[in-house]
Amino acid sequence: MNDLIKKLVEAYGPSGFEDHMRELIRPEIEKYADEISVDAMGNLIAHKKGTGDGLKVMIAAHMDEIGLMVSHVTEDGFCRFTNIGGIYTHTLLGSRVQFADGRIGIIYSDRITDRSKVHGLEKHYIDVGATSKEDCPVKVGDAVGFVRPFLAQGKRLSAKSMDDRIGCVIAIEALKRLKKTPHDVYIVFSVQEEVGTRGAQAAANMLDPDVGIALDVTLAGDTPEPTPIAVELGKGTAIKVKDTGMIAHAGLVRLMKQRAEEANIPYQLEVLTGGSTDARSIQIANGGAAAGCISIPCRYVHSQSETVDADDVENSIKLLVEILANPIEL
Amino acid sequence: MNELLKNLTEAVGVSGEEKEVRLLIRDLIADHVDEWHVDAMGNLIALKKGTGAVDLRVMVDAHMDEVGLIVTDYDSNGTLKFSGVGGFDDRALLGKVVQVGPKKLTGVIGARPIHLLNATQRSTITKMDAMRIDIGAKNKDAASGKVNIGDRAAFVTEYEELGPTAVGKAFDNRAGCAALIELLRERPYPFDLIATFTVQEEVGLRGATTAAYGVKPDVALILECTPAYDLPNKDDVSPNVALGKGPSIYVMDSGTMQDPRLVSLITQTAADNDIPCQIRRPGGGGTNTAVIQRVRGAIPAATIAVPGRYAHTPAMMINLDDYANVVKLAKATLLNLTMDIVKRN
Repeated sequence: MNDLIKKLVEAYGPSGFEDHMRELIRPEIEKYADEISVDAMGNLIAHKKGTGDGLKVMIAAHMDEIGLMVSHVTEDGFCRFTNIGGIYTHTLLGSRVQFADGRIGIIYSDRITDRSKVHGLEKHYIDVGATSKEDCPVKVGDAVGFVRPFLAQGKRLSAKSMDDRIGCVIAIEALKRLKKTPHDVYIVFSVQEEVGTRGAQAAANMLDPDVGIALDVTLAGDTPEPTPIAVELGKGTAIKVKDTGMIAHAGLVRLMKQRAEEANIPYQLEVLTGGSTDARSIQIANGGAAAGCISIPCRYVHSQSETVDADDVENSIKLLVEILANPIEL
Repeated sequence: MNELLKNLTEAVGVSGEEKEVRLLIRDLIADHVDEWHVDAMGNLIALKKGTGAVDLRVMVDAHMDEVGLIVTDYDSNGTLKFSGVGGFDDRALLGKVVQVGPKKLTGVIGARPIHLLNATQRSTITKMDAMRIDIGAKNKDAASGKVNIGDRAAFVTEYEELGPTAVGKAFDNRAGCAALIELLRERPYPFDLIATFTVQEEVGLRGATTAAYGVKPDVALILECTPAYDLPNKDDVSPNVALGKGPSIYVMDSGTMQDPRLVSLITQTAADNDIPCQIRRPGGGGTNTAVIQRVRGAIPAATIAVPGRYAHTPAMMINLDDYANVVKLAKATLLNLTMDIVKRN
């Protein structure tokens, strides 16, 4: 599975520019889905037909990653940029980024005179080796993702865009393992989550599911002076109860816990005080859906070394399969 | 003189009270569309049937509403308290003449004059809640006899042309409305074109939400007026867009990633037809595209805008060549639309 993770986390795919991600994921699911479609925004939708008697279930894992977009090329050929999604400026200095065509750029900032302060985004730039506006090979509107090789140290897996390529891996693996389901399952590899859960919103408006489950990372509270959250790496998959965009459907939370307990899958309950997932869009699309989220505890979210635990990943896959293979009574 | 721009910008249509603009537009398009209706929010939705060569429902949108003020209360001295409808820089308001309510009573946005300000007060920005609209009423009763709470107030600026530049209020987004009207005056397109002149964009893209739900388009093109900041600047920074450099094309704003295939189609069409165009600086701002793109499921959507200086103030400036090129580019782009645009791998 690490090969698949490596392939997905190292790939380029900032929000709105997920074409390459789609190309990578599609062959992984082709054998296991009854039909595959792509909507106008670029959501990749895999349909696995149910045996009847079940519900229409939408699973969402987002393909996109946070990134940057060139907003101005200076006379000297440096690229000023804006953010795509939530970027900590602290993470930028000296970073390498990739453009859609594979071109690499380096990020630095205007002169630092006060090391106790971090420059705003607008004082950073990307250097692509150009010497002037004229010979600069990139232009306003070009998007970049970060560059960082995948790292597996024991059970700890680190990468840029673990958020949410690990969710994509879980969706792919669950689809492979799910032999039979009573439900009409639509696995949506969604676009544009990082800029406001937009792809899932459009997909849910179209699919109009009864139940929606997002697969996404959540924070971990097990590092020195962390954001307080009672979730730790290696302690199991996390069942979301609430985040800032959604209160998970209570019946669905109960069902998730029940399925985890029946199958001896370790789990933690998650209350996230900053951030949300595709599930919030699904919950209020059209007339609404019962929505919840299987979360993967993750350290250093929105940095280039987002870190998860392989056991948590495995347990998340197992839980998703248990939910989909059995009746959903809410 | 561009009578279309003159009439549209001088009409009043603060968000939620767009009727005057709607009636004006309705009469301008009635002979050029096959049918039209007004939905419950007040969106004017018109169908221009196509030749049938391309099997698409194409929505072209421009919002009718403009930013303005709303009367919230009377002061004992007869002046009117108000708040903003849409986004304002409070500094743009003081000393401006406004037209209040359906009777278009003249009012002045007043506050304490400079003569009576101490040094500290002079260096402080007066906030909107400290301003009043003065309609010359002598007391509360006189004011309440003329103006109702909830009445809108709009700026008063006569349309004027200064060489290639036009000055007026509400180019955001009557420039888009004018362009859309011009598109409707053309011969039928290969597909059914549904024009939506939408309400309440300035308060949160609300009209377009119901319009797009009702129209259920396959593709959408949004016509807008976007802020230019191309004044002299010693720093090497982006002007957002500049006047005179052509239609501005959106790639990303705070509410959308524009459909990259449509963005390419538009820029390629511009290149093929020798129409200048500029990529708007990606970043903040938002248009109806954000809701139209997703309200029924995903549809390809993109935005073409007329660059405008001094947006959301009483007097905006646009370049008339930019405006003409927006019409040209929008038309050429529409004629290049094919079914392929709704397919994706």
